[in-house]
Order: sequence, then C-alpha cells, then structure tokens
Amino acid sequence: MSEKPLSKSFVPYRPISLALTISLGAAVWALVIGGWMLLTYGGRVPEMFLPAPGKVLMTAGRLIADGSLLMHTAASAQVVLVGFVISSVVAVPLGLYMGTYKAVQAALDPLVNFIRYLPVTSFVPLFILWIGIGIEQRVSVIIFGTFFQQLVMIADAARSVPRDLVNAAYTLGTKRSTTVRHIVFPASLPAVLDILRVTVGWAWTYLVVAELVAAKSGLGYISLKAMRGFQVDIIFLAIAMIGILGLITDQGFRLLRRLVAPWAA
Amino acid sequence: MTQSADITVSNVTLRYGSGEKTVLALDGISLDVKPNEFAVIVGPSGCGKSSLLYLIAGLEDRTGGAITVGGAPVDGPGPDRGMVFQSYTLFPWLTVAQNVAYGPRRRGLPEDERNRLVTHYLGEVGLAGFADHYPAQLSGGMKQRVAIARALANDPAVLLMDEPFGALDSQTRHSMQRLLLRVWDHSQKTVLFVTHDIEEAILLADRVFVMSGRPGQIRKVLPVPFARPRLGDIVLDPAFIAMKREIMGLLRSDEDGED
Repeated sequence: MSEKPLSKSFVPYRPISLALTISLGAAVWALVIGGWMLLTYGGRVPEMFLPAPGKVLMTAGRLIADGSLLMHTAASAQVVLVGFVISSVVAVPLGLYMGTYKAVQAALDPLVNFIRYLPVTSFVPLFILWIGIGIEQRVSVIIFGTFFQQLVMIADAARSVPRDLVNAAYTLGTKRSTTVRHIVFPASLPAVLDILRVTVGWAWTYLVVAELVAAKSGLGYISLKAMRGFQVDIIFLAIAMIGILGLITDQGFRLLRRLVAPWAA
Repeated sequence: MTQSADITVSNVTLRYGSGEKTVLALDGISLDVKPNEFAVIVGPSGCGKSSLLYLIAGLEDRTGGAITVGGAPVDGPGPDRGMVFQSYTLFPWLTVAQNVAYGPRRRGLPEDERNRLVTHYLGEVGLAGFADHYPAQLSGGMKQRVAIARALANDPAVLLMDEPFGALDSQTRHSMQRLLLRVWDHSQKTVLFVTHDIEEAILLADRVFVMSGRPGQIRKVLPVPFARPRLGDIVLDPAFIAMKREIMGLLRSDEDGED
C-alpha cells in the first residue's frame, strides 16, 4: 500500500504514482467486466441480448480460426486507412495555408463551416447513387466525415503559431513565401499530429456508418448480418475489434509524435 | 563581416485603426543612431518604443515618414536588421545549434561555415556545452543568450533589441547586461535597445533616448559620460544617480501631463 493517505491523491492537478495510475485504470475495467459477468452468468439478462464473456471469447476463437475475423477487420482497416490518408494529405497543407493566409481563410471558411455541420449520414444515399456500393463509396464517407473537421482544426493550429516566432524568422532572412514551410509547418507539427490522432478515431465511427448501409465485407457489415441472426456475440466482437484497432492507431500516433516531434513534451 | 550601419528615423508616424477609433502611437518621431553605437530608448510602457523597433525591423508598416538603415530605405523585414524579442522566439523544433545556424542556412552558407559560426557565437554567449539541447530544456536567460547568438551569427548590420531581459529575474538580468556589452564590444554592431528600466539604459548606452508616450515622441537625448567597462557599483556613483534622477524626472513629468 501507498504510504500516503488516499486523500493526497485527490489534490487538484497533483501527479499520482504509476502504480496508482495503473491500478485505477484496471479497477474500472474490472468493474465493467465484473458487472458484465454478473449480468450474464447470474442469468439476469437473456443470452440473446447480452452474451457472456466466455461466449464472446469462444466466438472470437472460431472466427479467428476460419480467417473471417481477420478478413473483415482488414477490409475495414483498408477503408479507414485509404480514406484517412487521402483526407489528411489534402487537409494538412490546405489547413496550414488557411490558418496562415487570411485570404485563403476568407475564401474557404463560409463553405467549410456550412458543410462541417451537415451530418455525414445524410450524404450516404447520395454517395450510393453517385458512386455505387463499392469501396469508393465507403472511402468517400470517411473522407467527407474527417476532411472538413481536420481542415478547421489544423487551420486553428496554424493560426495559434506565435507571431513573434514568424517575426524572428523574417529578421533572420526567411522569405514570406516560404513561411508556411519553414515556420508554420514545424511550429504546428505537434498539434497537427494530435489532430490526426483524434480524427482517425472519428474515421472509425464513420466507417461503421458506411458499412452498415452498403458493404459486402467489414466489421460493420458482419455486425448488421449478426443482428439479423440475433448473434449478439459477433456484434460484441466487431465492437471490440474497432476498439482495439482504435487503441492501436492512437498509440501509433503517440509514438509517431514522440519520434518526429521529440522537442514537444 | 558586414559593416555596421547607421539608423535614421525621420518624422515617422504610426496610426492604428481608422475613423474615430484611430490611435496615434507615434507622432513625427525622429532619431539617428551612429554606426557601432549602443543606443537605448527608455520610456514608459505603451509609449510606442517597441512599435518603433518593429517599424525599423520592417515587421510593421509605418503610416508616414522615412526610415533608413545603412542608407537603404526600410521596406519590409530583412536579415540586415537582426532582432531579439521580449518573448522567447527560439524555434522549439530546432536544437540550440540549429537555431543559431538558421539564418546562415537561409543565406545558403555551406555546412562547415555554419558550424564555425555556431561554435563561435555559442562560445561568445557561454553556451558551448548546450549545442544539442532543445529550447524547452533551457532557462529563460539561456534562451535569450541563444537568441542573441542566433541574431549575431546571421551577421546583421544592426541589432534591434526589444526589452530582451524584461522577463528575467534581476540577477540573471545583470549578468545578461554584462554579457551583452562584452558581445557588443567584440562584434562592433550598431545596437538599438528598448527598455523601461532606467538603470539598464544608463548601464548599457552610449546615448539614451528618453521617450514620452501617447503619442510617442523623443523627449530628450542624453549622452552617457561614464567610461566602459561600467562595473556593478557604478550605480551607486552620485553622477550615475543624478542621471537616473534626471531621466526619472523626464518620465514623471510625462505622467503628470497625462493627468
């Protein structure tokens, strides 16, 4: 046990020990899984609505063995990756210019802020009409869902680069035309990586939306199929897979940030 | 090395805003700084002294008047006018050495020449052992020393300094003043230094420009008679105190005028 009384851990902003950090996180997980076990093994909820943890694990073993879980996960990951990369490759430079040049902001702001508030789901029928039900449709949904959010957030990051940092660069011979490349981009890189980390999570959300409506593979697709057959264990599995993939991408971006922006804490 | 240049400011006005809300920050201000001179502008906060420095650096646009540096009219910022800012402006993504090498790199100097400049100027500011540190790992005083090294490594014709020690504690401040005078002595650059600290102004300056506020104008130009190096206890010298009192009087009469 810790030598300090527990009340010391409830001082605002005071750091806590690593051991306490880990045990608090684990305790909440244990609580959730414990509650789940209580509800299912205790027979309080019919298995048709809530499968027991063991059942989900067994289903996982079965779907891993026949390769279908990997196949559907890979299909989903591919859609997210392609959509997210296309969106980011355009949104990062455009957002930086938008945050740096008032003229670019004036031109794009009204349109972007209009589109940003439109629900992505409302465009799914349109995309199906225009693009069909292939992977392009799902990728389009991802791009549409993430691009405009990324643009606004990255422009914000570029706007908050301290003016005197840019001024100092000018007095050292930086040309105005290269300010974005030499100053704005590196100065906002840590923030940009954080924005990418947050928006890749949203990309996973839109993926399921796209796959629920029109897909022949993917985690959203098997969820929908499982719903029709009352296979709640498969739905649980699909949700868990998305959670795990989200966790992996999140940690990946944290690692990337440490590697390419080691100067930023 | 670039010949150090003179600075001429003639009849410069600076107006912010438009219509009825217009603010006259500088009203027909004129001053001359000679080559190699260490000139200090001292004035109350909000008198427009920093704005004047930004105008000379070309970072802001003046409303009227003319500014030349080394005979060339100022039109926008350029590497001939190095500047050290009050806020910390080291590039956080570059190491100390890369920060110092930034200007030379923009000028396209070869790597061995850049390395020579980095070694020389980090030695000048006493930070030779910190070349590979990132700015976030440095104290405030160290950051400003690197900022001075970075500005000088780019070999400007003049060095503009906007209250560079304003955020430092008084002990660090005094050692920074000594360091700056030593570096200035070696580099023989023209320096225009802005401060609200009267003692700092007298310690550093060849000439002190006393500025009054709203709208900013030069109230008086005072040559500093004390021989260099000016050691720490000079601040207790009656002549020093008399000069300090005179400048305080000039600044105070300005305050009284406002009431």
